[in-house]
Amino acid sequence: MASPVAHAHHAPEGFIRRYVFSLDHKVIGIQYYFLALFSVLIGMSLSVLMRYHMVHPDAKVAWFAKLWPTAAQGGIMTPELYLSLMTMHGTIMVFFVLTTAPQSGFGNFFLPIQIGAEDMAFPVLNMLSFWTTFIALCVMVAAFFVTGGPPLAGWTAYPPLSGIGAVAGPGEGLGQTLWIVSIAIFCGASLMGAINFIATTIDLRCKGMTLMRMPLTCWTWFVTAILGLLGFAVLLSAGVLLILDRTAGTSFFEPAGLMVSDQILNHKGGSPLLWQHLFWFFGHPEVYIAILPGMGVTSQLLSTFSRKPIFGYRAMVYAILGIGFLGFMVWGHHMFMSGMSPYSAMAFSVLTMAIGVPSAIKTFNWIGTLWGGKIRFTTAMMFALGFVSLFVTGGISGIFLGQPALDLYFHDTYFVVGHFHMIMGVAAIFGMFAGTFYWFPKMFGRMLNETLGKIHFYFTFIGVYAIFTPMHFLGIAGNPRRYADFTNFDFMGKLIPVHVFMTHAAYVTAAAQILFFINLFWSIWKGPKAPMNPWESTTLEWTVPSPPPFDNFGGLHPVVNHGPYEYAVPGAPSDHIMQTDPIDVHAG
Amino acid sequence: MLLAPVVWVLTVVICYFFIAKTWWFPPPVSAHGIAYDEQFMRTLVITGIIFFLAQFALGWVIFRFRDDGRRARYTHGNNKWETIWTSATAILFVGIVLMGTRIWAAVHLSPPDPNAIPIELMAKQFAFAFRYPGPDGKFGHTELKLVNDAGGNPFGLDDNDLAGKDDIVSASLKVPAGKQIKLIMHSRDVIHNFFVRELRLKQDIVPGMEIPLYFQADTPGTYEIPCSELCGLGHFQMRSTMEVMSEADFEKWKVQQAAANKQ
Repeated sequence: MASPVAHAHHAPEGFIRRYVFSLDHKVIGIQYYFLALFSVLIGMSLSVLMRYHMVHPDAKVAWFAKLWPTAAQGGIMTPELYLSLMTMHGTIMVFFVLTTAPQSGFGNFFLPIQIGAEDMAFPVLNMLSFWTTFIALCVMVAAFFVTGGPPLAGWTAYPPLSGIGAVAGPGEGLGQTLWIVSIAIFCGASLMGAINFIATTIDLRCKGMTLMRMPLTCWTWFVTAILGLLGFAVLLSAGVLLILDRTAGTSFFEPAGLMVSDQILNHKGGSPLLWQHLFWFFGHPEVYIAILPGMGVTSQLLSTFSRKPIFGYRAMVYAILGIGFLGFMVWGHHMFMSGMSPYSAMAFSVLTMAIGVPSAIKTFNWIGTLWGGKIRFTTAMMFALGFVSLFVTGGISGIFLGQPALDLYFHDTYFVVGHFHMIMGVAAIFGMFAGTFYWFPKMFGRMLNETLGKIHFYFTFIGVYAIFTPMHFLGIAGNPRRYADFTNFDFMGKLIPVHVFMTHAAYVTAAAQILFFINLFWSIWKGPKAPMNPWESTTLEWTVPSPPPFDNFGGLHPVVNHGPYEYAVPGAPSDHIMQTDPIDVHAG
Repeated sequence: MLLAPVVWVLTVVICYFFIAKTWWFPPPVSAHGIAYDEQFMRTLVITGIIFFLAQFALGWVIFRFRDDGRRARYTHGNNKWETIWTSATAILFVGIVLMGTRIWAAVHLSPPDPNAIPIELMAKQFAFAFRYPGPDGKFGHTELKLVNDAGGNPFGLDDNDLAGKDDIVSASLKVPAGKQIKLIMHSRDVIHNFFVRELRLKQDIVPGMEIPLYFQADTPGTYEIPCSELCGLGHFQMRSTMEVMSEADFEKWKVQQAAANKQ
């Protein structure tokens, strides 16, 4: 094992050094967390506006006109404004929420502590990665306010629509360019973070912390970082090519013979499919980036709150590795209908079914962990249990979509929208809630309110099922996605009541999130003080004060003697053995 | 614990709507559609059972193993069970996809029928246009710079080409029932998508590519075509229809169009 990177041994001083340009992974983790929180507020508001418009497409809303004088003249949301809100909703949620909080938020705060290190391998790079992400967010928000409006090509930004500039319509001018620039900056930030996580995990584990004694959260952060390193590099390249097409007259993605808005364009020689291959080569690992940390948190919490070791630790590790590896081989399942080779489709389909196997292993093992347990229903545990239920539901709809034969109908319908919201928009979010309720005491030194937490949980759990399950039925009825309204087709008429139901469910569920924000912000300042180990959990973060000192272990080097989930060990003095307890727990 | 019955109730409600088919596919109008529905049903039954059992098992362990003063069992797992459920899942998942392969191959990997009726489709922001070769059986030459949507020439037909004089241009797709069709798809600007629910067929229409789609519709009727790939602000209005009619009616229609062309 290489020697740890040299690290300053003095506590930082001054407001700027301590809270703004901090090198402390714990502060950086909290910065990322709040960036994601701010982003999810924007993303959620956009989705509520979208759901409102879908059932009230002709409504006049006075403040629409104030915010968007061109795109909402007279207070009526135009279809292009709807599509822009949809584009920004997807982009902000996927990048600035799902790729940020689970990995860069919790991972930054807890990876070093869980492996017994003082900080990440490269603290300065860590600080830069956060502020680069922040700049990316600023550029993305700026895209809302430029002339021509924000882009409307979806978070997937397929050319030629996204590659030919303002001639393609509103939103496709400066707004689309800023979007690409923001994503490119985000890619840079993610690459910096990925390097840090990988080096830290490989090099900075303390004595006794073998790879197979790492908490499963660390395994997921590690594999997620590898996915990010390889995936974001490709997205960055694709973004550069797309910007060149838009600004430098290249034609990576546009063929000859395009006529848009009565103009014949100059492009020739490019392929729209090339973008799709590059984008989804990133895009598929991206969704595993979004879900793996949540799986790690779920494993950690199910074990802790069942007072039982995780069922099949080794299998869980292999499943994480398997998901990561196979995750790079299935990108074509987003492209079954794209015009790519039907033989490729068959290959991608078999690999896609294969990736269902490690996911199933994890689900069986989660249930196996609960079996024979002694379950404590804290709010953190509720969200972890909710994660399992939602992961099953979301994963199962993937079995339909992974077959090109069935995708012949379901591609680009609400069936897809239901699938990815269940798995990303809900299961992954539940992973974040679970992580919040579990780790809040360690991060802020105070306890969240459990009663408020449980009320919030039930509203949210039932609410998300109410919003996203009906989407599968809409998909079966053939309702296409990315439609600003459903008034132009006869067959969609009888589907509108389903949309109305989902919209109402969305209002209630969004409103219920207020409970979470009240809980969070009130508890940061006024919550009861947290003990060192409120959950009687075994991993290293629970052996240091809440919150931890600046160098985590007070200058000491922890020594690990036990695996991460030693609960209910027969003959032990208590129902849990800390990883750093002496080898013979009866001694000392 | 309250979560167990909540999970069970949600599971039962969801299963109910699938069994009751409250919002469902329209009836299929082709042999492919019938095969499609069988594969869908197969997948639905298998995943439905998995869904029900998994959610039921989750609710069960939540309920049965709540902390009531018990001791938890100390175990790191069970390799025998791991092997069993991993193998079962792998066989099931790969089995399902292999069963669907025939349907996919029938659509995209069958040898093309030389007697299929060729119809060209041109997709653009935000309309579909269809072209038939007319009595001479040949498609006339087209040029992008001759395109004139307002003047009724979305394909850019060249007046100087005799082969094109009898081409039939239509805003909607008309096909005879029971005959193989070869739909030759182009896009003029961005990616669009041709989708007919009743056919259970969908295909992206990609600029720079000529994509053939072979199908046969057996049941007369008029079926809506919603564009199914985001193409800009008018995506939600990009609509056409496919009218399936008897062979006799189709021939009559072609004659009518030919007569209109001559004027």
